[in-house]
Amino acid sequence: MTAPVQTPRHGGKPAGGGRERAFRVALYVFLTVTSLIWLAPLLWAVYTSLRDYEDTARNGYFSLPESLTLDNFGKAWTQAELPHYYLNTLLITIPALVLVLLFSSLVAFGVSRFNFRFNLALLMLFTAGNLLPQQVIVVPLYRLYLLTPVPEWLSDSGLLLDSQLGIVLIHVAFQSGFCTFVLSNFMKTIPFELSEAARVDGAGVLRQYWQVVLPLCRPALAALATLEFTWIYNDFMWALVLIQTGDKMPITSALANLSGQYFTDYNLVAAGSLLAALPTVLVFLVLQRQFVGGLTLGSTKG
Amino acid sequence: MAVLDQPPATAPATADTAAPGQRWPGRGRRRATSLSRADQLVLGLMLGVPTVLHVALVWLPTLASVVLSFSEWNGIGGIEDIQWVGLDNYVDIVSRYPRFWPAVQHNLVWLFFLLVLPTAFGLLLAVLLDRKLRFGRFYQTSFYLPMVLSLALVGFIWQMMYQPDNGLINNLIGRAEANQINWLGNPDLNLYAVLVAAGWRHAGYVMLLFLAGLKAVDPALKEAAALDGANAWQAFWRVVFPVLKPVNIVVLVVTVIEALRAFDIVYVINKGRNGLELVSVLITDNVIGESSRIGWGSALAVILLIISLGFIITYLFQVFRREERA
Repeated sequence: MTAPVQTPRHGGKPAGGGRERAFRVALYVFLTVTSLIWLAPLLWAVYTSLRDYEDTARNGYFSLPESLTLDNFGKAWTQAELPHYYLNTLLITIPALVLVLLFSSLVAFGVSRFNFRFNLALLMLFTAGNLLPQQVIVVPLYRLYLLTPVPEWLSDSGLLLDSQLGIVLIHVAFQSGFCTFVLSNFMKTIPFELSEAARVDGAGVLRQYWQVVLPLCRPALAALATLEFTWIYNDFMWALVLIQTGDKMPITSALANLSGQYFTDYNLVAAGSLLAALPTVLVFLVLQRQFVGGLTLGSTKG
Repeated sequence: MAVLDQPPATAPATADTAAPGQRWPGRGRRRATSLSRADQLVLGLMLGVPTVLHVALVWLPTLASVVLSFSEWNGIGGIEDIQWVGLDNYVDIVSRYPRFWPAVQHNLVWLFFLLVLPTAFGLLLAVLLDRKLRFGRFYQTSFYLPMVLSLALVGFIWQMMYQPDNGLINNLIGRAEANQINWLGNPDLNLYAVLVAAGWRHAGYVMLLFLAGLKAVDPALKEAAALDGANAWQAFWRVVFPVLKPVNIVVLVVTVIEALRAFDIVYVINKGRNGLELVSVLITDNVIGESSRIGWGSALAVILLIISLGFIITYLFQVFRREERA
């Protein structure tokens, strides 16, 4: 790297030491300023949520605080009954997450371990399905949900429409495309000899799946679980369209209604928004490696 | 594919239990044919149940959108009330529907904006961060933190930034007291204001994808380029960037799909009106809005479908061709 002195910009070490250092300094300044700008909207929301309403009413929001308080979070929590909406989200997210991973790992196991003629077509069907814009299917899906009866104990509307079951099902159907694609790529890296040996020992297909292949997929499953939790939690559209009773909405979709009704000032809007963001931010900060792994798993492994 | 490479000599001795499927010369079908009845059934269920659900809830409605787009149906009467009107919906949408062309134009602006600014910026950040840096982790985290927020939430958070009198932006540029800029209320401006918010979230995603791609590039390539006298700029554009082609295609497709799906953020801000119309909003209006014209909404959906299919097929082609080679 030291030889080509005729290259003007590539800092050769002997001549360009000063230039190299200047570049590093500029780089750090640029990155620090940019990342602070990037965090600014969130910091502004945090700051707004910590201000007392009287204070901001008197001095405006762009002012130094007279005092800081956590009251807004308490108010947003109780007034808008946030625990209720968190529970709704949980009732949708957890079953959907489990089913997505189960279904997509089943299909991925089938197409990656056995050599059917339709493997590639099936895999393409799932992958393409996941890429469709949701709006392409929403109009007939709404009709389909309206026409599908469901036992009362599963949905008090008696239909798939306006039921949390319906939301779970569409999440499973839609998201299994991406997960199947990722998992089948991952399973192809597991040596065939392993399941072959299990088969010779008399293990059926189900045991090969559950006891041989699936345990080896743990890293991929963890990455997908993190990612899918975030995506399902963040869904706005499906619940907005397919749930009609405001009470049954998950928190992301409910926020739009709540902000008009209960969050009367920006301090409360900020507090409510941050509370709604909290689960995904926490999961992200704790499981960052899995999250990043999941995103890039789908793109760089081929 | 690994199976195809294995010599047929390893065919299992249990071939007598094989189902009498046709033999395809040159295709190693032995795994599928050497299964016991019970295993065939189990495997059928494993593949069948998820596939049926996926097809029933994703592909059937897609097909239904296409079929219903040739009909007129207000959805109140039964299916027998459907009237077939041929291409009327499409003709009406294209020639008479005042919100259609603005929506298409906004989608195109959305696409163009996302493809140019956040993508280029994400690439720049990835290149800058792809080296040993103090606080590298902090920088990365702050850039892709917005990605874990829902677009609906991004809408809420940026509304607080854009408030004419109390928002951070107007206060910082000194336009909060007099001469206020109404970022989200002005129909000539609000699309771009919303795009900044959407780009804020998208750039981190792009950065992440490129960063993963850059990490996989063989450093020997860059060294070879440097030895040949290329400067950093030339080495990147002529050597590294072409190697990133698979990532570039993923970024392209992710961005296009994101632009076509855009909905949540404009719906949260003003339900997609007054300068923020998008094709997705027009479709959704036929389900939860004032009008419930199923044929009409389906025709809009088909237009969206046709636009997306081009990109989806490009993506599939790229991804699965790579797979064949692997």
